[in-house]
Amino acid sequence: MNQSSTAIQASNMHVSLNGQEVLHGVDLKIRSGCWTSIVGPNGAGKSTLLKALTGLLEYQGEVLVFDAPLNSHTTKERAQQISWLGQNEVTSDDLNVWDVVMLGRLPYQGWMAVPSAQDMQAVETALQSTQAWDWRQKRLGQLSAGEKQRVLLARAIAVQAPLMLMDEPLTNLDPPHQVDWLEQVRCLTAQDKTVVSVLHEVGMALHADDMVVVQAGRIVHQGACADPATHRAIELVFDNRITIQSIRSHWVALPNVPLSS
Amino acid sequence: MSSDKNNQWLFALTMLLLVVIGIGIGVSVGSSGIESLQNVWRDDVAWQIIWQIRLPRTLGAFAAGALLGLAGALAQGLFRNPLADPYLLGSASGATLGVALALAFYGGNQFAPDVFVRVGLTGVAFVGALLAVVLTLLLAKGVQHTMRLLLAGVIVGVVMGAMASFISLIRPDVLQNMQGFLLGSTAFIGWSACVVMVCVLMPCLCLAWFFGSAMDALSLGESTALSLGVPLRVMRIVLVLLVALTTGTAVAQTGLIAFVGLAAPHLVRSMMSVKNGSVAMLSALMGGLLLLAADISARSVMAPQELPVGVLTAVLGGGYLLWLMYRSQNQGGYR
Repeated sequence: MNQSSTAIQASNMHVSLNGQEVLHGVDLKIRSGCWTSIVGPNGAGKSTLLKALTGLLEYQGEVLVFDAPLNSHTTKERAQQISWLGQNEVTSDDLNVWDVVMLGRLPYQGWMAVPSAQDMQAVETALQSTQAWDWRQKRLGQLSAGEKQRVLLARAIAVQAPLMLMDEPLTNLDPPHQVDWLEQVRCLTAQDKTVVSVLHEVGMALHADDMVVVQAGRIVHQGACADPATHRAIELVFDNRITIQSIRSHWVALPNVPLSS
Repeated sequence: MSSDKNNQWLFALTMLLLVVIGIGIGVSVGSSGIESLQNVWRDDVAWQIIWQIRLPRTLGAFAAGALLGLAGALAQGLFRNPLADPYLLGSASGATLGVALALAFYGGNQFAPDVFVRVGLTGVAFVGALLAVVLTLLLAKGVQHTMRLLLAGVIVGVVMGAMASFISLIRPDVLQNMQGFLLGSTAFIGWSACVVMVCVLMPCLCLAWFFGSAMDALSLGESTALSLGVPLRVMRIVLVLLVALTTGTAVAQTGLIAFVGLAAPHLVRSMMSVKNGSVAMLSALMGGLLLLAADISARSVMAPQELPVGVLTAVLGGGYLLWLMYRSQNQGGYR
């Protein structure tokens, strides 16, 4: 596993939404084969940053993905390299789970082509890994919000891209399935995949290898999750309303509120 | 998967069988009754009735319904909106306005059997339908809000319908022609209209199948579809053109026929989980079957008099829409 090479490098990246600049000259390096979490207060530009890195938003500046400019890839090549899991997207409830996850193989399939044995295997593996295999014949509309999220995660895993970008992947997941997700990410990075996630749950984000702290459209800190400087940066962007502490060798974010007696 | 595929084939074969039965009934029903069919090889008049009137009308009703069913499936897949329908998006009224303008400027009869007239009317109906869809989308500022989309569609539909009525009023010769057209009728469909509809339907079905996977990806959200390499812009342009073309072609031959485009994809989706490419194919079959059944009913309900088929589909489709809204309210409602 080569953890020293760079998966994503952004230089002086500006992004505007509806005529208003949201990201102001972002410089960023994401290590290959690692899990990087992006945290920051609401409206800081985390999701915009992630979408721009995926190539879903137009940007000014330069973004390199595995040392090649992001916009030099064809859409198909980009789709094979970067897997995306969005946040709160309105999905149709009509498709069944198998067909939804099979859509993850679209970047590898010709138009109107029949899925190959490799596609079938990738879908089965992804469904098994998110424990969604048993629902494969159910419609998406028949699942709970948490179950649906696991199916959408399986869809993103089925792409088998070297780079996975996920916006709030823990939405609607209960604690055991959040732990499953953590294990899933560890499994992906063990296979030399690079994972970048935007997370609201700072405690979960602290399990990552690296952390990017965003505030008001700028990156205010980037470093290892175990680095005390990273903890200080997180506490600062959240106005010192939380404290990062170590409990049983895990970093956790505790609210700065006295316990009720 | 395989059992789903088997169900789809079974469903499609059942509908095909019903279509064949419907065509059989369609050529048997009429003011001269089944005798015309029994005497078709012996009597020239009976032959004329079957070959020149009943058969093209019956096949035409199926083709027009298939076009509308396909238009509805494409509109619902493209706009990710369960209430998208050629009638509710205003495209049917746009097509009507196109036909009214053509009749006002060039005269003639919109039900004339000449194939060039049919192609010309189809062309103007297509342009009218396209303008109406684009106008609806501009007014609704996109497709994400069902109520805004419906409201915009209703506004465009009413304004374009009123313009068509105004043209009819200032040109009394057009008024008489337009009356049957505005009510929706399959009574005057001839072979030329059938040929035009089939020639449009076949390539549109192929294109709908081609874009099926892309519509599936879009059903997971725009960002997801883009991330999977779906050429969204191209797909949207092609599918909007297809919705306008299928609607315009059907409207140019039969006039305004409401709700077939809404009901057909809904019925298909309510029966099984299918991907958008299959929904388009099965909705075309279902739409054809629905209009075929409506046409037979329109001829039979008040026999020997005939109801305009558009009136029948409007009454039945309106009830279906009300039921859909009632059901959706119970499930959280359309936004």
